[in-house]
Formats: sequence, structure tokens, C-alpha cells
Amino acid sequence: MFLNFIVFFQMCPVSELILNLTDQYGHERTSLLPILQGVVQQENYLSEYAMIEIARALNLSAAEVYGTATFYSFLEYKKMGKYLIRICKTISCSMKGKNQVLMAIEDMLKIKVGETTPDGMFSLLQTNCLGFCHMAPAMLINFDVYTDLTPEKVREILSGYLNRKGGANDTRI
Amino acid sequence: MTTKIKIIINDKQIEVAEGSSIVDAAVCAGVIIPTLCFHKDLCVAGNCRVCVVEIAGQKRLSAACATPCEEGMEILTNSLKVRNARKQIIELLLSEHNADCTLCYKNGNCELQKLASDYKIMTQDFIQLAPLRKYQIDHYSPSMIKDDSKCIRCQRCVRTCAEIQGVSALTAAYKGDRMKIATFFEKPMNDVVCTNCGQCINHCPTGALVERNYIEEVWDALANKDKFVIVQTAPAVRVGLGEELGFEPGTRVTGKMVAALKRLGFDAVMDTDFSADLTIMEEGSELLMRLKKVLVDHDPNVKLPLATSCSPAWIKYIEHMYPDYLDHLSTCKSPQQMFGALVKTYYAKHFNLNPENIVSVSIMPCTAKKFEANRPEMHDSGYRDVDYVLTTRELAIMIKQAGIDFLKLDDRSFDQIMGASTGAGVIFGATGGVMEAALRTAYELVTGREVPFENLNIMPVRGMEGVREASILIENPLPDWSFLEGVELKCAVAHGLVNAKSLMDSIVSGESQYHFIEIMACPGGCLGGGGQPIPTNPEIRRKRALAIYAEDQGMPLRKSHQNPEILKIYSEFLTEPLSEVSHHLLHTHYTPRERF
Amino acid sequence: MTPGYDLKRVDFIFQTESDWKEILQKSLSRPPAELINELISSELKGRGGAGFPTGLKWKLAADELSPIKYIICNADEGEPGTFKDREILSKVPMKVLTAMAVCGFVIGSLEAYIYLRGEYFFLKPALNKAIQEFQATCHDLNFDFRIKLFMGAGAYICGEETALFESMEGKRGEPRNKPPYPTSFGYLGKPTVINNVETLAHTYTIFKYGAKRFYDLGVQYSRGSKLFSVSGDSPKPGIYELELGMSLLDFVHDFGDGDTKAVQVGGASGFLVPQKRFAETTIGFQGKLTGISLPTGGSMMLFNSSRSMYNVLDNYLEFFREESCGQCTPCRVGCQQLLNGIKAVKRGEKTGQYLDKLLRLTETMQYTAKCGLGQSVANSFSSIVENFREEMIY
Repeated sequence: MFLNFIVFFQMCPVSELILNLTDQYGHERTSLLPILQGVVQQENYLSEYAMIEIARALNLSAAEVYGTATFYSFLEYKKMGKYLIRICKTISCSMKGKNQVLMAIEDMLKIKVGETTPDGMFSLLQTNCLGFCHMAPAMLINFDVYTDLTPEKVREILSGYLNRKGGANDTRI
Repeated sequence: MTTKIKIIINDKQIEVAEGSSIVDAAVCAGVIIPTLCFHKDLCVAGNCRVCVVEIAGQKRLSAACATPCEEGMEILTNSLKVRNARKQIIELLLSEHNADCTLCYKNGNCELQKLASDYKIMTQDFIQLAPLRKYQIDHYSPSMIKDDSKCIRCQRCVRTCAEIQGVSALTAAYKGDRMKIATFFEKPMNDVVCTNCGQCINHCPTGALVERNYIEEVWDALANKDKFVIVQTAPAVRVGLGEELGFEPGTRVTGKMVAALKRLGFDAVMDTDFSADLTIMEEGSELLMRLKKVLVDHDPNVKLPLATSCSPAWIKYIEHMYPDYLDHLSTCKSPQQMFGALVKTYYAKHFNLNPENIVSVSIMPCTAKKFEANRPEMHDSGYRDVDYVLTTRELAIMIKQAGIDFLKLDDRSFDQIMGASTGAGVIFGATGGVMEAALRTAYELVTGREVPFENLNIMPVRGMEGVREASILIENPLPDWSFLEGVELKCAVAHGLVNAKSLMDSIVSGESQYHFIEIMACPGGCLGGGGQPIPTNPEIRRKRALAIYAEDQGMPLRKSHQNPEILKIYSEFLTEPLSEVSHHLLHTHYTPRERF
Repeated sequence: MTPGYDLKRVDFIFQTESDWKEILQKSLSRPPAELINELISSELKGRGGAGFPTGLKWKLAADELSPIKYIICNADEGEPGTFKDREILSKVPMKVLTAMAVCGFVIGSLEAYIYLRGEYFFLKPALNKAIQEFQATCHDLNFDFRIKLFMGAGAYICGEETALFESMEGKRGEPRNKPPYPTSFGYLGKPTVINNVETLAHTYTIFKYGAKRFYDLGVQYSRGSKLFSVSGDSPKPGIYELELGMSLLDFVHDFGDGDTKAVQVGGASGFLVPQKRFAETTIGFQGKLTGISLPTGGSMMLFNSSRSMYNVLDNYLEFFREESCGQCTPCRVGCQQLLNGIKAVKRGEKTGQYLDKLLRLTETMQYTAKCGLGQSVANSFSSIVENFREEMIY
């Protein structure tokens, strides 16, 4: 049921998605974050168009939506790859070899932090504490957590993603 | 009756109303606490932390603007702890700020600069952060310039745009060290819903938001012997200009202003009040014509209420926010643009001048007027109707640059033929003034009698309430207007776009039925305009309004239709209100714009 | 407490939650005032780090007359080195939901939210399922209590209670001025009880076993047990429930790798304790026992002698520079100056004395910042710079 819901969303253009989200959450300002999250979940980022449509739906100024969205690290406002890698750079992960892991990812995907692979599959970002300090270093790929990373392990994980690249059931959930 | 509580500020015991902030209470104790993000027009933010004070028994310092007094509170505003902290906060602000004061437009009128001077910040040990950023100056708007390198993130502009204007073109964006004031996707100000009202400029403590100035262009024109430079001055300028030049708020400096303009070298100094009177003739006639078409002809294409069109920020606002309601706007150009169109036609013809050689300058309390003059449709004279728009502040700068001792100037009078005006033209500068002026003329036109208010003062439309309503019952009209017998003419006045919004929403919803509404974008009307002297606050605006009404009261003529020059221009040039010539030169159309 | 004392492990939080219906039913049948008194006498203090007495918080909200009140479970666990709340919500969510419902019963509120940090998105489906089951039970008990999950979106500052309200209201997570406090003016301006996940879980223990069982643990001013998130240079990182009031020396003896140089207590916003002060430091809320007593949200990060304290501080400051909301001057500019300042000292562009200016700056930040984030940057900065000054310079 839940999955069907997602598939349904995938077929909709952004404005229809926003319509569905406002139906679900309402038109009050309190629903702004859930709606922004809903769009990011589906589109991987918030385009100018999406923000304008959200502003229209909630009767806010476009700038207010922009100002709110840019406050939150998980509400991307630049186009992101299908798989968004966020590697934790905070103290424990940094102590336990985050940089080696990061270099392994950069080397494998041929992108630097902040970049997206030319095929639009992967984007690489650093993030603040993910709350897996006892299993450092940790990273998120979309919303899946990977911990106790080593360069070898991260290469294996990414290979898995590369192999299922383009798979129909890959959503950000 | 509010409860009084006792508090002690620096050893002095005082009684204040419960709930007063420490900043307000301190004033009662004769203590001025420095502030930056605090502004009387705006909600409390408490984010600059310059106003911190020490409260006995508390380890941390408190922001005086955001902390309510409590019974028995002992407050120290100048303890060593407070002074050290405050000084360090000012140092921090300076470290983030592009402090090239000598190169700054706001040099000499900057609240941060004043604080740095008061606290004698003579060294800067902290690392300069501004050069580490790649700031870009937004100078694309014809009205204003936004320079983030001078911004101290107090968010006064953001609150102004939201709370006073209800526009929210500006927002705080990002967080942490990247936090800044931005438009939607950091687009230039002229690409977003900004109305160019300039209230953000009026409320900015530093030089981060300033008007785009045309001072040098005007100096160049004045120096050019081939050019005939004409200047018009808006009603609100004469009650504000003095503040920049040594007078108390609320001082009328009409005669000195005219004298100064002549000393600056303008070839003719004339009065926008003249075209304000003209606006009343045109707009008043338009109102009566619309009433007839609606009430008698039942013409579905004619819309009521008629909305005033003098305020260019209001025009841009309605174009963005209520594009379906543009038919409600009076087609009359603003007095500035009527004047501009006439200068290069009627005036040029009268004095046998080649309009090509005329430079038309206006002095306005407004930054949106710069945008208005720049509109493509404002070329009905065959030339750009108004070449340069200067704010009250820019005029003051020119007067200072010219070395004119303003205080000692003798009063001079406006030149003819577009320099005569009535009290009705003067009150255009205050919220409710256009309404009052229009009613003075329209009522008399319809009934042959003066408006039934003592001394012609239509008090219900005056004041500083955000939205005000008034109605006049029309009885015994002249035969031509018999259809108005018994009609209660319903009017409303709003100032500040946030109030305009509530008025418009009540009209859109059908909740309110008015015949005529006046909307001014700025708080208090033009006297509180975005081009007026800084600072602005409710007290200053109240004083300027008193000055405006005093000016009106002192005029021999107080009804637009009595203005002899108005009678003259109709007989010699325009023939009658809403004539073909009028339509060509004095009326305009509007452009629907995107809200987002 | 003397050094050499074995740390007392406690097992309350992760004890089975299978009796939650019983606890819920039992609690809902007691007079609200009695429940508040139970909490007050347990001396439970907020486990998010600030340590406000929980019973008093509930009482303040209960005394408000508003017909609408809210309960919010703060699960925006963002403090570096803290990961206990996620564990509670994954393993014993019913305890937290039960505690929220009891709180609702006590203060007169039917609407509650869990503000879950965006990083824990993967918890959402399971938590929603738990909420559904819980609400069905509430319904059966004729207690129409609604709990909604609200997802954060990646902002450490939203763990600050008023910033969290702003965030839920669809705004930037900028902390508000206080007063007014949440119990009178919280979410949407209504009286609101906002409790940390662990705090709520402890109330479950108290309602189950009575205040005394809880009060008997710990020491004066710091009663009960607490979850500790252990990370860094430890052979056994993880989550441990320990009695409050323990000495840091005992803690290091148990959790250190034999080479512990310093422990960061309370995450990036907490204090760094160097080895020489382990013995005199106890973990609790206030009051001097044998030395200093440090409050904590439960983050215990151990550093051994291979670690450079300069790098540790650099990492914290970068964290704060990015995670400050940016609205108030001392925090926004102060964090940038501290980070740029230690870098400049390290590179030799500024002398070692510049560190003293930065220490004075942290004092100003502590006194003047608008919220706890800016105020607490001073903690790690001064404790690291004062104890490891030489590492900052060379």
C-alpha cells in the first residue's frame, strides 16, 4: 500500500505532488516542513519551480519558503544525484578514519565533496553528527545508514549501488 | 489600568508598567541603552545583543529589548561586565562588516558607525571576515542597492518587509556563518516581488540597503548650460527635509527648500502639489464618472471601489498580488508623472522651450518613484517624462555639498506656471490626504456646497490607524448629479501594504463594499516614505503629519478646484478633466505581474 | 564516592516494555496531582542536558488554564557523541509513548508530537506503527490522545526547545527570546511540555516502580540513572545506563583503553576533562562533591594520547560555526572568530596571547548569546584551551 503510494507519486509532476502533499498535510504554515520534505524525498531537491508552487499553495512569499528551506541541511535546493551520500565529518567519525573513507569514495566515483557524478547517480556531501559515534565512521546513502566504514567496506557498498543502478524500485526510502 | 511595578536601574528606583521592556523602562530612568536590531516600528528580535544589561542575581546578561521588567528587578546598564561584553559584540559586528566607512553612502548616518564611535573601537584585533566572502552588490534595481558586505544580519529589513509591508521579498536565508539576508534564490531585487517602497532602506541601521542615487547625474545636468533643469518637489519633502539639515522633526521648510533649490541652480523650481491638485480634478471626475456608470448605466465593465494610484509601490504591489483587480485602480498617473508629462509639453510650449533640452527632476520622499519614472509607459510627452528622481535624503546631500547654510536661508516661493497649489495638494503627503482632498472637491462638485466638516478638515480619514473608514451622505445634489441623492459614499484609507492587504482581502471576499479607497504603501503615507530622512518611527511620523496639516490650514486656498493655475491649464491646454489630452498625458495603464 | 568504586550498571530503560498497557491504565486512574508529586519526589531532571526538574515542568504546564496544550517529545538528538534517544525509540518506543500520554493526562492535553531528527528517518515506519498501536489502546481506554511524528530536516539547533517550536511552525529554527517559557508559551503559542526522549522513558520507570526506586539511585541533586553514549577511544563504545554521581576516574577505568588523555563530557557543547582532573570530577547536575560536577546529555567521548586536542577543538568549532542558527551576533560571529582564531594561532599568524582574547570572547558568548548553543561554545573552548594550550600553539 505504502509502496503503491510512492509509485503513484513518481508518475506525477511536481505540482501534482505538491497538491497531494497539501491535501495530506494541509495549507497551514505548520505543514511547510513536511511538504518540503515530501518534495525532496521524491525529487531529491527543491527546484525554484517547486518552491514557488509550495509558496502558492501555502500562501507564503517565495522568499519565506526559500529562507526556511535553506536553513535545513537535508532540504537540498540544488539538483542532487539519485543517491545522495552524506558522510559524517563530526568528531568521532573524523577520529576513526572518515577522511580515508571519503578519499575512497571520491576516488571510486571520481567526484569531490559537493559534486554529482555526470550520470546523475551519486552526489557526495559531508554532514554533521549522524548519531552513530560508537560505530564510526558512518554515512547515509539517502536514508540508509552505513556504519563502521573502511575504504574496503565503502567500495563494496558503492559497488552494490552501481550494480543496481537504474533499478525500478529504488526510491529514497 | 496597568499594574505598576518597582524596579531599580543603576541605583535609581522607578515605577514602570508591568510588562515594559528594560529598554523602555530605562528611558524613564534617564538611561539610554544602545540598540541595533531593535526598532520601534517592528517586533522585538533580540538578535544583535548590543543592548545586553546585567540583572542582579543572574550570571548571564539579558537583552534589554527582549526582557520584560519584573517586580524588584535590579538592572545595571553600565557595569564593567556589561561594557566589556557590549564592546566585544560591537567588535564582532565590525569584524563581519565591510567597514570602509569613508567609501560608504551611509557614512555619517550609520548606527553601527555611531556605536563604534561611542565605544571608541580603535583597534580591530579580530580577524576581518568580510574579505573572506565573495559578496556581490545588487545594483540592478533602479530604486535601491543591496550590499551584503555591510549587512549586520539584524533582520530589521526582513521584519519591515513582512510586518509593515506584508511582502516578504527579503528573508533570512541559510544558517550559521552563511546566514544572510536574501531574496528568493538570491535573485536581484528588481526580479522579485519587491515593490521598491524603500522601507527596508529606512529601517536599515547600516549601508547594506540604500537608495540608488542620481546625485551626480543631476549635478551634471545643472552644470550643462544647454539644459533647462526643472525640479518639482513632493508634498512630504517639505516636512522631512529639515530633519537632515538641523531642524527638529515636524518643521516645515517649504520656503527654505525652494530657496536652496534655486541656489543649487535649478532653472525652475515648481511644486508637485500643483499636479496633486490636478490629480484630484482628474481622479475626482473619474470617481463621479464611475459612480454614474455603475449606479445609472449598470455597466459591468466599470469597477468600484476606485482605488487611488499615487503610490508607485502600491501600484507594483497590486500588480503582483491582485493582478485581477487592476481595473479598480484609477487610471490617473501619480502627481509626479502628471507633472513630468506636462513639463515637456504644456510648460515647454508656454515658455517656448525645446522639450529635448529640458531635464525634469523630481524630489520625492520615495524610492519607488525612481522605478515609476523608469517605467516604459512613462514617456507620453514624447520623451522620458521624469528624468531623475531624487529622494529627500539625496536633496539634503546636494544642499550640504553646495555649502548652503540651510538654517539661514530666506524663504522663497515656487516659480510659475506649475508652482501654485492648494492645501488639498499639500495633504497628499499624509495618509488619508488624497481621500480628503478628493472629497473636498467631489462633494462640492456634486452638491455645490462645501464638505460638511468643520474647517474642511475631514477628521475621520486622518490619523495613523492602519485602516480607516468614512462615509458621506449625499443630499440635495445639483441636478446633473441627481442620481447620487441619498447615496452614502463609502470610503476607506489604508497605509502600509500589510494594511492594504487586509483592506483588499475584505474587498475581494465581498465583505466590504466601498466606493473609493486610498492606499499609500508607506506607514503614515508619503511623509513616512522610503526616501525620507532616517530615522523614522511613529513619533517622527506623527510630527511630520502635524506639519502637513498645519501647512494645509495655513494655505489661502484649500480645495484643488480653486487652484488658479489648475483653472488656467484646463482653459488653455487640457480643456476639461478626462479630456482627450488629459487621457493622453495624465492617464496610464497597468501591467499584471507574477506574485512569485 | 571513592576512586576504585565499581560503576553501578542499571537496567531500567531497556527493561521490557511489555507491561506498558498496564502502566498506562494504572497511571490514568491516579489523580494527576499525585502523578506530579511522584515525579517531583523522584527528583528527576531533564536528560537532554539542561537538567530542568521534570515534575516542576509538568506542574507549570498543568497550572496553565489554556484549553489547548501540547506535549512534545524532543528526539532531535544532535549533540555530537549522543545516540541514546535513537536506541530508546527503536527498542522501547511504548515507554516513551506511554509517558507522553500520562503527561497529557496530567497537564490536560490531547495532542502530542515526536520531533525526530531527519537523520533518523529510517526509524519512521516502525515508530509510526508503534504510534498506531498505542493510539488504538488509548482509544480503548476512552482517552483520545493523538501523537504525531514530525520529522526534522537537518539542523542541530532545532534541539533547542524554542527553535524546535519554530521549526514545527514551518519556520527557520531560530531560538526565541525567553521569557516566555514553553510551559506558558510554546508550540503555536500554547502551553507546551517538551521533554527529551530519555526523560520520558525515566518517568515510565518512576510510574512503574514509584519515585523511591529511582530516587535511591544516584547522589544528592543528581538522582536516578542515566544513559551514557560512549564513543571515541574506548574498547567498548555503546550505550550504558549508569547511576548518576559516578566519578570520572571510575568511568575511565571501566571504559578507557588504558591510555585516556581526556574525556569530553556532554558532547561538543560540554566540557573536556583532562586526565589530571578525572578523580575530582563527578557526573551529575550540580553541587560540589569532591570536585567539579558536570551535567551532561550523556555523551562521553574518550581521547587517548594519540589525539591532538587542536584537531578536536577545530572539529567542534567547525560544527558550531555551521550549526549556529546565525541570528545572534555573539554566536554567529563568535564561532567564526574562534575557529579562524585558533587556525591563525596554529599557523603562527597570531601569537599565543591571541588565545586569551578568544577566551574573553567565549566569556562574552556565554553571557550574551541568545540560546544555549552560543552560550555553551565557551565550555569546550575554554576547557580545551586552558588544559592543552601548548597543543593549540605548536
